[in-house]
Amino acid sequence: MTLADVVFGLLGVVCLAAAILVVTARHVIHAALWLVVCFGALAGCYLVLTAELVAWVQVLIYIGAVVVLMLFGAMLTRAPVGAVQELDSRNRPVAAVAGLATAGVLGTLVVAAFQGAYVDIHHTAIGDGKEIGTSLFRFFVLPFEIASVLLLAALVGAIVLTKREA
Amino acid sequence: MTHLAWLLPALPALAAVVGLFVGTRVAGGPAVPAILGTGGAFVMSLLVLGAAEGSPAKVHESAVAWTPIGGQTLHVGTRVDGLVAVIAVMVCAVALLVQVYSTAYMAGDPRYSVYAAEVSLFTAAMLLVVVASNLFELLIGWELMGLCSYLLIGHYWQTEGARAAAVKAFVTTRFGDAAFLVGIIVLGVHAGSFEISRVLAAPGPRGGVFTAGVILLLGGVVGKSAQFPLHVWLPDAMAGPTPISALIHAATMVAAGIFVVARLYPLFLAAPVALTVLGIIACITMLGAALAALAEDDLKRVLAWSTVSQLAYMAAGLAVRGWTAGVYHLLTHAAFKALLFLAAGSVLRTVGTNLMSQMGGLRRSMPVTFVTAVVGAAALAGLPPFAGAFSKDGILDAAHERGGALGTAVYVVGLLTVLVTAAYVTRFVVRTFLGDYRGAADESRPRLHESPLVMTAPLVALATAAVVLGLPVLPHRWGVARWLDAPVGTTALHVAAGGVVLSTALVVVSAVSVYALWRRDPAADPLAMLARRPFANAFGVDWFYDRALVRPLHAFANAILRLDDGGLDAAVEGSGTTATGIGGALRRLQNGNIQTYASGLVIAVIALVVGLSWVMA
Amino acid sequence: MALLLSALLFGVGVYGVLARRNAIALLMAVELMLNAANLDLVAFDAWFKDTMHAGQVFALFVVVVAAAEVGVGLAIVLAVFRLRETVAVDELRELADVDPPVRADT
Repeated sequence: MTLADVVFGLLGVVCLAAAILVVTARHVIHAALWLVVCFGALAGCYLVLTAELVAWVQVLIYIGAVVVLMLFGAMLTRAPVGAVQELDSRNRPVAAVAGLATAGVLGTLVVAAFQGAYVDIHHTAIGDGKEIGTSLFRFFVLPFEIASVLLLAALVGAIVLTKREA
Repeated sequence: MTHLAWLLPALPALAAVVGLFVGTRVAGGPAVPAILGTGGAFVMSLLVLGAAEGSPAKVHESAVAWTPIGGQTLHVGTRVDGLVAVIAVMVCAVALLVQVYSTAYMAGDPRYSVYAAEVSLFTAAMLLVVVASNLFELLIGWELMGLCSYLLIGHYWQTEGARAAAVKAFVTTRFGDAAFLVGIIVLGVHAGSFEISRVLAAPGPRGGVFTAGVILLLGGVVGKSAQFPLHVWLPDAMAGPTPISALIHAATMVAAGIFVVARLYPLFLAAPVALTVLGIIACITMLGAALAALAEDDLKRVLAWSTVSQLAYMAAGLAVRGWTAGVYHLLTHAAFKALLFLAAGSVLRTVGTNLMSQMGGLRRSMPVTFVTAVVGAAALAGLPPFAGAFSKDGILDAAHERGGALGTAVYVVGLLTVLVTAAYVTRFVVRTFLGDYRGAADESRPRLHESPLVMTAPLVALATAAVVLGLPVLPHRWGVARWLDAPVGTTALHVAAGGVVLSTALVVVSAVSVYALWRRDPAADPLAMLARRPFANAFGVDWFYDRALVRPLHAFANAILRLDDGGLDAAVEGSGTTATGIGGALRRLQNGNIQTYASGLVIAVIALVVGLSWVMA
Repeated sequence: MALLLSALLFGVGVYGVLARRNAIALLMAVELMLNAANLDLVAFDAWFKDTMHAGQVFALFVVVVAAAEVGVGLAIVLAVFRLRETVAVDELRELADVDPPVRADT
């Protein structure tokens, strides 16, 4: 049980708790803020796992852009500012069952298959910018280009969808 | 000539077909093909009579082999002997007179061509029965007659009474016809062939099966000739036009049953039980029908009950081996009953109602009808020298000679019936023609006048026949027995003077008493004290049939209907409803909420994963 | 352990998708699921000591896709809001199969 494990464990708990709060919060804005906490904890987890670039990209994109976008969306759709009783739909029991089942199955799978798998972080190359960049532009150029096309398409699509008829 | 006897049924049948299709376009109306066809048959029948002339050696048969279903060969043809020739003449004569009479009676009827065609078809069917050489041929004609009777009784199908009467006649005779068919089959199988000559001459033991077959034949006779217990259709059949009543229900169809017994008489002689049964039925019918006629107010129904009673006379005559007397009575009855019905038609057409309580005093306004009707009435009552007298006395004489229980019973019941017959005949004449007119006195009163010549001429012709036919009891050379060839073992026609005096005395006593009763109150029914139950509703036979047969059958049919509606239809429709219901239930899943869909998806995937991993583990 | 965390996060995300009424909240739950997948990728990358760092690169791509998805998803939510004045997903029921109207002649 190294220090890394402990840190990871704590961050994991924080992440999970924040996630649960995201899906059970009564305020939409609170849910968004808890999402920020969750993403932050995840970024920390990535850091522990030596994925530096991914961690900062997580912070940048997810927390910085995605959650902000969601907050904008909530604002534009006049999300109720106060607590809303009916934020959870009547599907809750079924959803709980489904969620538990999914978690159970996946967890069992993971535990059964990868018991004893141990990440040795001391002998891995740290995934910093140089490392990931080299790998990205040496081996994954094509997906990179396609990703940019995807982003363009999403941009155009979003504008078209929200365009008001003149 | 006898080899052309097949023309006898063929000509009227042809006239029927032609008349049906071109009747309305022929100049002179639809009656022309009918009268031509029937007239031709009449001429033919006279020629055949001349050739056959009542000698057993002159029996002529001709047949054509016919294999309708490729197995059994039927020989279809004609068999002409004295009886056949005489009856054929009678049928053609009455049919011709009725067709002529109908041109005036049914004038203005929009369906006259259909009527004339049906009457021609009926004539053809009756002649087929008469000249048939094969039992199945006879059956075909028999059934065709039943069909034509149904169609003609129901001629005024717009009225409920006519429809009901037609169905009743058909169904009641059907009962008898079923037994008739079985009887024919039994006898045919027993004799090895269905040809009449073979069946009559078949040797071999005449045991229980044979007797059963003969008794079954009686079933058809009882049905067609309206004897107890299948007599109930005849009075109601008066809902048809009066010329039909004259032709079918007086002279021909109802006489067909008697004719069949006469034709197949050797079979009956070999199965004496059948004759006894016939005799008992005849006695019951004879007196019962006569008593029912006493209480009827409807003119035609009186005549209908009278027909039933007279047919019983014929049957009784045959039952006591008085073959010649029975057949002779058939001939005379045809004459005077047809006459009476046509006279009644003449009266009805003028007065406009059937009820005798609305008639009276018509002898002044309808003299020809009156005179001919009185002649017919006298013949019916049995007053010599009119026709019915000697034929009736011949039957009574044969019964007396037969002796035994059956003979005595027929004799006594016959005499009683003479008494009652004279009573109702007198009542009929007195209420219709004598006294003063009792109908409406205001402007709805019909114009009372004599009928046209076309109608009175047949009346006169039949009246003449009613007188002339009384004569053949005279010396052998002119006698009726010469024309018929009686089977061996039957009593010859013999009329004793004592018997004639006795029955005449009974007739006179009865007639005079009724007349005297009438004189006391000319406007009322002289026998009003009898016009109550059980005479008035014919001893409740109809009521019994209604309760015992008609209502249970209706209830059963309704139950089946309910079973079909509630059970089978409900099951079939239920399957549709169930399918719709299941569909509706399944539709609940498609509620439009994507979270429902997604939940289902997730749970299904999990279940698949778990299931598969468990199976493959 | 990372894998276990990822599995649990995914389960929470599933619950959120199926239970939340507000469309924005639903999208948040979707993001949770995507992040769970990302964590898995990175964890495997660390375990395999992959010199190509395929796992981390792929995780980057997932982030890109998630961003695009959120953009388009919110655009859709806005369009729906403009049309319907509501973003509650259980009020959007056009996909439903409705009972056929009762005919008078049955």
